[in-house]
Amino acid sequence: MATKLDKVDVVVVGSGWAGGVVSAELSKAGYKIVMLERGKDQKRSDFIGVKDELRYTNRHEMIEKLTNDTITSRVSISDAALPVRLHKEMNVGTALGGGSMHWAGSVYRWRSYDFEIRSKTVERYGESKIPEGMQIRDWGITYDELEPYYAKWELTAGISGEPDPLGDHRSIDYPNPPMLASPAIKLFKESAKNIGLNPYQMASGNMSQTYTNPDGETMNQCMFCAFCTMYGCDFSSKSDPLATVLPTAQKTGNCEIRTDSLVRRVIHENGKATGVMYTDTKTGQEFIQPADVVVLAAFTFSNNRLLMLSEIGEIYNPETRKGTIGRNFTGQFNSTFLGARGFFEDKKFNYYMGAGGLGGALSDYDADIFDHTDLDFIHGGGIELRQYGDAAIKNNFVPKGTPSWGPEFKEKSLHYAYRSLIVWYSAAVMPWWHNYMDLDPTYKDEFGDPLLRITNKITDQDRNIAAFGIEKCAEIMEAMGADIIDKDELPDQFDHTYEGMHYIGGVAMGEDPETSAVNNYLQMWEMENLFVVGGSALPHFSSHHPTPTIGALAYRAAEGIEKFLKEGGMLAEPKKVGY
Amino acid sequence: MTNKDSKGMSRRNFLKSSGLVAGGLVGGSLFGGLLTSQLQKGEKDNTKQVTAEPSFEARTFFSRNEDFDILSAAVERIFPEDSRGSGAIGLGVPYFIDRQLSGDWGRNANDYMHGPFPTIKKTDSYQEENRSNNDVINTSTEVLVPANTPRYQTKMNRGVFFLEGLRAMEQTSKDKFGDRFVKLETEQQDEVLKMFENGEVQFNGVDSADFFSLLRQTTIEGVYADPVYGGNRNMEAWRMKEFPGPRMGFMNDIETEEFLVMEPESLRNYQGHN
Repeated sequence: MATKLDKVDVVVVGSGWAGGVVSAELSKAGYKIVMLERGKDQKRSDFIGVKDELRYTNRHEMIEKLTNDTITSRVSISDAALPVRLHKEMNVGTALGGGSMHWAGSVYRWRSYDFEIRSKTVERYGESKIPEGMQIRDWGITYDELEPYYAKWELTAGISGEPDPLGDHRSIDYPNPPMLASPAIKLFKESAKNIGLNPYQMASGNMSQTYTNPDGETMNQCMFCAFCTMYGCDFSSKSDPLATVLPTAQKTGNCEIRTDSLVRRVIHENGKATGVMYTDTKTGQEFIQPADVVVLAAFTFSNNRLLMLSEIGEIYNPETRKGTIGRNFTGQFNSTFLGARGFFEDKKFNYYMGAGGLGGALSDYDADIFDHTDLDFIHGGGIELRQYGDAAIKNNFVPKGTPSWGPEFKEKSLHYAYRSLIVWYSAAVMPWWHNYMDLDPTYKDEFGDPLLRITNKITDQDRNIAAFGIEKCAEIMEAMGADIIDKDELPDQFDHTYEGMHYIGGVAMGEDPETSAVNNYLQMWEMENLFVVGGSALPHFSSHHPTPTIGALAYRAAEGIEKFLKEGGMLAEPKKVGY
Repeated sequence: MTNKDSKGMSRRNFLKSSGLVAGGLVGGSLFGGLLTSQLQKGEKDNTKQVTAEPSFEARTFFSRNEDFDILSAAVERIFPEDSRGSGAIGLGVPYFIDRQLSGDWGRNANDYMHGPFPTIKKTDSYQEENRSNNDVINTSTEVLVPANTPRYQTKMNRGVFFLEGLRAMEQTSKDKFGDRFVKLETEQQDEVLKMFENGEVQFNGVDSADFFSLLRQTTIEGVYADPVYGGNRNMEAWRMKEFPGPRMGFMNDIETEEFLVMEPESLRNYQGHN
């Protein structure tokens, strides 16, 4: 029998950027918050001395273990789904701070085109440009409406950067100047400029200087040590919730954080959420935490599965195309980051140095910046050259045709270490009627609850956009003077490898309750005191990493929750738009 | 090429240039100790080679000598000794793999290993048509999986998988060349490895290409992982690759045009154990 605890104003599930921003804002406003995190407690000093490639990059120390819980995956609605069994094949964050603790720190706002993608596409190209079954929609919020929240998140996170010359309106400069450019990044930018493109230094969550944010949290200057993506930062110079919103929430005295607390159900009656049920993973004891408002701010998979297991909302059915929970699943996978690798005989780059968000970028082939009239896809992608810094296990790039083992492999992999660079196109991913999430009929977790099942097919849109991007990357690589240029190959079909942590949707925002689960304050249409915050709210995947958009929407949701706590009621008018 | 070894940063310069002021970290004993150990080492001889066999080189996973000998011969073909330096055996890779297999990773402790385990049938590519609608899976279900899809769907953990794979290599050597793997000429050993790489051998419902891919990846990991795991002995592979190992940072060098070669340092140095 679960132990019932004292009621609080708000219970927040998850401690990443989404839950962290909501908790910081509401606890500053004086509300009593309990935050529940399934993973372990950790602090910034835990990351000192962790520069161990095998442990973190290859054995995924900071990634949620799959021992008792994973997802199942299939391509088509007529396939049997199999579990994604290996820890390395599904990278989802865990522990205090969530996935944001091991993120790279690359920062891009999504574009004005994204938020009104259906109407802007129809306006420029006509209805027929959108293929049957591609479930894109306007989000119910415009870029201009979301812009102040982007600015707020960038100030909190201490983003370093310079404006994208092809970017949308910005109300503020980035709070910190851009990161230093390495010789490889300079080569990329100069070469791109020479062929008429508009490169710039990508913005990052790595600090270009010591910075104190508006809440009084301080982060150090990045040292370019290269142990960044998949690692916690050992200098506290990568922006993350442990460095920013979590201490901000805690110092108010209004936010209690409980780690090792796995939320398994949202409790509700008569159409209202009354709290959550969770298990203490160290003792096995069950608790009920009552609250006036429940905020699900876990990873996309957990937000979706919690709603499905709690029987809130209608699970999407691809046969009828009805139901909203699980609908509009998209993600960026390894096969989304395709481009061209160049090998240089006469140049060596110090590529053991780097930072997660260090790189050059350009937007000439992004969103609807270029004309799609004669192209067989919509949207676009960002082009990047990143200098994460490659450690020794990873840095084994050899030209195509080289054996992957044996004497020639050894010779070439040593020769080309530090002589190769990759330019890639991070393509946008559109939602389709056949890509969605539901509950698996076969596989279960340790409590006997069904696992989440993903059905995800790569479409012609994906192949066409990637083929276009690969050619553009190869043109830049040629301008950079590479001696050998290897173009990436198009994927045959989805390979069920969930690396990169960029999976979104399923509790997507919109204007019409028939097709969307939450409104533009991320409040559930069906349950007004339940807010579902995080990547799950994004109706399609734009061309870049989702973190800033998740952060901006979390600030927007926090504002909405505060309004709801004061006044109650639905925060947005539902509309019948039919998509 | 510049040897950066002599250019150590002083503690004061490091603190100044890093601007480290956040959250009490500098005052923290761990971080303070780390900085001290990093910065006081300037005078030490970091290049001294340990010539004695490391005392931790003994097996805790492989029981049969034969299995370990096959493993050693195979990893040496994957990363052979040449004029640039040692191969996998000289770098301690067989011991690295032995230790990996005896721990969490070898036992798939962090992986989802619950059933049912259906029969997997590999196909050349993904075909949407001809697929049976088998929604609920049981042990007698046959699931078509494209050959290029790396899906681990065996009940065997990596330790068992390695033993089965090495013994299948032994059997293949006997069938094809009439002798044990370790007795074959290197060209013949390569031929056996290629048969596995191409998925031409089947054992226990597992594709030999999956075993080869695991063997190859684990070998590369053993070559280049930090020496604390038993491979990359004396950081020789890092020296071959000109990889400096874990460092505090490169803020003063990130814009440098020339390639900088540094004498490598390991986690043992970085964490201040010596």
